[in-house]
Amino acid sequence: MNYFPEEVLEHVFDFLTSHRDRNAVSVVCKSWYTIERFSRERVFIGNCYAISPERLIERFPRIRSLTLKGMPHFADFNLVPHDWGGLVYPWIEAMAKSGVNLEELRLKRMVVSDEGLELLSRSFANFKSLVLVSCEGFTTDGLAAIASNCRFLRELDLQENEVEDHRGQWLSCFPDSCTSLISLNFACLKGEVNLAALERLVARCRNLRSLRLNHAVPLDSLQKILAQAPQLVDLGTGAFVGDQNSESYHKLQSSIQKCTSIRSLSGFLEVAPCCLDSIYAICLNLTSLNLSYAPGIHGSDLIKLIRHCRKLQRLWVLDCIGDKGLEVVASTCKELQELRVFPSDPLGVGHAAVTEEGLVAISFGCPKLHSLLYFCQQMTNAALITVAKNCPNFIRFRLCTLNPVIPDPVTSQPLDEGFGAIVQSCKGLRRLSLSGLLTDQVFLYIGMYAEQLEMLSVAFAGGTDKGMIYVLNGCKKLKKLEIRDSPYGNGGLLKDVGKYETMRSLWMSSCEVTLGGCKALAKKMPRLNVEIIDESGQIGVNPDDDRQKVEKMYLYRTLVGPRSDAPEFVWTL
Amino acid sequence: MAPAMSVSSLGYEVTSPNYKETELTLRLPGESRTQKSGTKRGFSERVETELNSSVGDSRGMIFEDDQLANEVISAAAKSPKSKAEVVGWPPVKSTRKLNKACKYVKVAVDGAPYLRKVDLEMYNSYQQLLTALQEMFSCFTICNYLNERKLMDPVNGSEYVPTYEDKDGDWMLVGDVPWEMFVESSKRLRLMKSSEAIGLGSSEDTFKNAQAKVVEEAFNYSAQ
Repeated sequence: MNYFPEEVLEHVFDFLTSHRDRNAVSVVCKSWYTIERFSRERVFIGNCYAISPERLIERFPRIRSLTLKGMPHFADFNLVPHDWGGLVYPWIEAMAKSGVNLEELRLKRMVVSDEGLELLSRSFANFKSLVLVSCEGFTTDGLAAIASNCRFLRELDLQENEVEDHRGQWLSCFPDSCTSLISLNFACLKGEVNLAALERLVARCRNLRSLRLNHAVPLDSLQKILAQAPQLVDLGTGAFVGDQNSESYHKLQSSIQKCTSIRSLSGFLEVAPCCLDSIYAICLNLTSLNLSYAPGIHGSDLIKLIRHCRKLQRLWVLDCIGDKGLEVVASTCKELQELRVFPSDPLGVGHAAVTEEGLVAISFGCPKLHSLLYFCQQMTNAALITVAKNCPNFIRFRLCTLNPVIPDPVTSQPLDEGFGAIVQSCKGLRRLSLSGLLTDQVFLYIGMYAEQLEMLSVAFAGGTDKGMIYVLNGCKKLKKLEIRDSPYGNGGLLKDVGKYETMRSLWMSSCEVTLGGCKALAKKMPRLNVEIIDESGQIGVNPDDDRQKVEKMYLYRTLVGPRSDAPEFVWTL
Repeated sequence: MAPAMSVSSLGYEVTSPNYKETELTLRLPGESRTQKSGTKRGFSERVETELNSSVGDSRGMIFEDDQLANEVISAAAKSPKSKAEVVGWPPVKSTRKLNKACKYVKVAVDGAPYLRKVDLEMYNSYQQLLTALQEMFSCFTICNYLNERKLMDPVNGSEYVPTYEDKDGDWMLVGDVPWEMFVESSKRLRLMKSSEAIGLGSSEDTFKNAQAKVVEEAFNYSAQ
């Protein structure tokens, strides 16, 4: 391998874009490690506390794109207290100080501050792309800094963030000289934007491909925007409410018809169903449709819309679509690869939801389905077995019964056999979320068959420590395990402590693990951070009572020891 | 363990409901059921479920492998409230929930030092709202006298009339319009002292009667 000069190897490595390939290459030998580290431009860090910014920069000085993930997944469901951590500021600061030529920053579940955004906008002359997913801690002032200072900004993509709206004019801060935008998504912002500034911005960014508006952008602004940007590929409407008989509605229809490149559609945050006529023209070419924020589209309007979308590959809807609506999807969308059905009534106060019937229909109609997120009223083993047979290509299978411990309503059995069929049939399954009544049996199946499984989510399972042990023993590629409200204790936790160094993280909340068990684990495994989240302060009061249950535990492998920014309610053992 | 259960060849058997025996408890393997060392995590309390009503009566489930804990779920009333108490279930991001059902409005009570907020989407009728307000400002009781929707402070005997500010900025009497319309159009609530509310009609009685009639009609309308 030393026959090739470095430049040649570097050139070869250029073709390796996936970070897994690059990681693999970097451990072949020392010289490959060195060549690879100087040529790596894109770095992915799945847990921001696994490594420090300084070590990142030291190893990859030529980094241009950084992806960071912060809080554990269950933070999405309010299980992680505010102020737990996941701050991005130290990363931005370290990179700014080292003169890194950062061009892209992608963050998920991190705390971002306006100061951080300001520093980001001023420190990296070539900064091009900011993608924030499920982040919080910043306001529209921070966005104003990005808009003002990032002269070559191509992408500003805000997905499902909690942003405090200061009703400023952040969008007006894009200077007239800014013409480089390719992607702009501010759908999650709650406040008003300057519509005239928006229209002018769109008009001068001739390369704009993706535009997702927030609810404050009305229909007539949309019309003007589309008239200026017929080249759009991805559109998220704001409010879609107007008078069908008006002049501006007719203009809208003709503007939409000219947008022949649109392949992805979302939004309809507020909608008057009578206005939907205007979009049928673009439905035929749609490959992606997200109506999960559009409770205003339901019943026959929804079905009519779906019937136009024969080429859909991705569909996100609310469960008001019903089983009948899913049958329509099954017969219309033969190319469907990803389906997400969200609950329109999370508290389940007696609304129609979907059941196993809808899913079975989909499995018959859409054999290419590989990703599923399905919130349903109930599920049967028979249905899951049928789905497993019809769709052996699942990569992601996430099922969520609204009642977390509901058994098979037909047989009263747990759903072990159904999920067992899924893991046995879908040999490429990488992500699985379970719900419904479950026993150790399902975990035996998972341990036996789910060879490619990387992420498993368990909630309200039954059984014993054996269940957890089956999974830890059997799933060789497991990276993330998150468990809540299940009967696993120290027996499961401590059975194979070495396993956790092969994984990114383990979350256990409302289980049976005790303080003593966690301490024992931390002692054996110095390269893990075993964090206890002690919201009630109980553990702080009796830190020596090893028998007390630990309400929330989060452990992860790390090269840099306990984190220095842990708040007072987090104990690293 | 007592029981009237035999394991059939399939390993599953229906038993007659025996709630105590079949109550779900969580414990480490090896612990016996008699040991109630506080291992019960409130799991069944937290998530009270009932077997889907299509199944009919509740059944106990025994699993063939007796090393598996013999855990069963006992039927219990499923109420929306118990679901709401389980944090983070169903697992839906808060950004999704806010978009759907969340209509927080301020509630001011004449004479109270601070305001409260209620989420109107949490209720399905005027009655539920008033009950909630009663709980919130616990000094009040609902005064259903003459079918009126009023709250009364039994301490000082003054009556409070619930009013709301609508989208046009006008102060309206609560109860005139169908519930859904009220939720849609109200921006904030104010429990106004009756003495202030009077003066809208010619005499107190006429006013009260008119109010009562209107509220009753609204109640009937929204109950449809």
